[in-house]
Order: sequence, then C-alpha cells, then structure tokens
Amino acid sequence: MVVWLQLTVVALSLAVAVLAGVYLVPDRRPDRWLLGLTWLLEVVLVVQLVVGIALLVTESPDISVATFVGYLVGCLLLPPVAAWWARGEPSRSGTAVLVVLGVTVPFLVLRMQQVWDPAWIL
Amino acid sequence: MDPVSRRGTGTGPGRVLVALYGVFAVAATGRSVVQLSLQASEAPFPYALSALAALVYVAATVGLAVDRPWSRRLAWTAVGVELVGVLVVGTLSLADPVLFPDDTVWSGYGRGYGFLPLVLPFLGLAWLLRTRPTKARPSR
Repeated sequence: MVVWLQLTVVALSLAVAVLAGVYLVPDRRPDRWLLGLTWLLEVVLVVQLVVGIALLVTESPDISVATFVGYLVGCLLLPPVAAWWARGEPSRSGTAVLVVLGVTVPFLVLRMQQVWDPAWIL
Repeated sequence: MDPVSRRGTGTGPGRVLVALYGVFAVAATGRSVVQLSLQASEAPFPYALSALAALVYVAATVGLAVDRPWSRRLAWTAVGVELVGVLVVGTLSLADPVLFPDDTVWSGYGRGYGFLPLVLPFLGLAWLLRTRPTKARPSR
C-alpha cells in the first residue's frame, strides 16, 4: 500500500482520539472541530479505498482480496457510525466513543498492511 | 420520566461499552466470514468457534444498544456465553494447541486483541448489574 497515505490515516485517527480525549477532561461534547476532524478522516479513508482498489487492479498482488477489501471498506464505515452513535449521547460518553474510533482505525490499517504485505513487520 | 425507572444499557458509560462490543462484532464477523468462505474444511472446529464468537458479539452489541424488555435478557445471555467462551477456549487453546490450528478471537484469552475479549465480558456483566431495573422484586 501507499505508506504516506496510511500514515496520514493513522495520524488523523490518532488526532481524533487525542482531541476527543482532551475534550473528555472538561466534559465537552463533540463540537464542529472534533466532528470536522472525524469527517476529514473519513475523506482520507475514501481516498485510501480508491487507491487500494486501484493498486489491487494494477498490481494484482497474491493476497486475499476479500480480506483486503474488507478492511478497506470496514474502516471506511467506522467514522460515520461512531459519529452517529456519539451524537445520540448527552453525556461525555459520546465523546469517549470517538476515542474508541480513533484508537481502532490504526489497528485496522496495521492489519490491512499485513494483509497487503505478509512479510511486512512494524 | 420516572427517576426511579431503569437506566438503558446503551446510555452513559454503556455508550462506550456498546462501541467496544460493536468493534468486536464487526471484527469477529469479518474473520468468521473470511475463514468460512475461504478455508472452511481446513479447521472446522476453530472456524465454527469463530462463527459462534461473531454471533455472540453481535447479540451482545444489539442487546446492550437497544433498550427494550427483550434486549436486557439478550445481553445477559450473550455476555454470559462470551465469558464462558473466552475462558474455555482460552484455556483449551493453550492446553491443546493441536485443536486450534488457526486462531479465534478467544484463543489465548484474546491475546491477539490485547486481551480485550477477556476484559469485555466482566465490564458487560458489571454494567448489566449496575443498570438493573430498580423495580425488581426485593431479594428473599
């Protein structure tokens, strides 16, 4: 996969986790900055999906295509679902849902990279 | 709203718990679908367990997220099965690795997932106890 793209995804998603974590302390709800960052993450995940599919087609690597596409699509679904689930909660727990999101996405990217290149080690 | 009435399991800290269960529901379902579709005959026992784990996580997520009379019972059942599952499978996978040629979510007490599969059922049970309806019959 394209390393800088995946690093961008990881950085953005960790930024979501950190900002949400900072919001937790003074008991703040997700505001436009936190949600904006979440949607920015979603945009980059869409780019990642397009690039990932393009690489699958052009390079046709010897990997489990279903698993790889599963990770590409799976992490794409998380931000909207998390934002929706966070929105329905009036307490700071809604903000904590976005921490879970921000911590989960890097693991998916890591697994995705391992599917793409089984010899790859962190 | 009646202040004495029960709290939903999907509100407050339960919101985060549902999010965690949701992640595992997706992860376990994905793993199970891939295993069953690609290599079902290779390791039928662990793959069947993966499918069971996926079912349990989906049921727990729904049971905790939804606030209906049936959902609490579903959550109790799912989290209970989850606890038994992670303890039994975790122990078996360490005692008899031959039985588990491929990993399940619960192998080695969920060490492939930062031991969260071991922690989650305890959190789930604690939360279900904590949010128990207050109008329940007094204990004997």
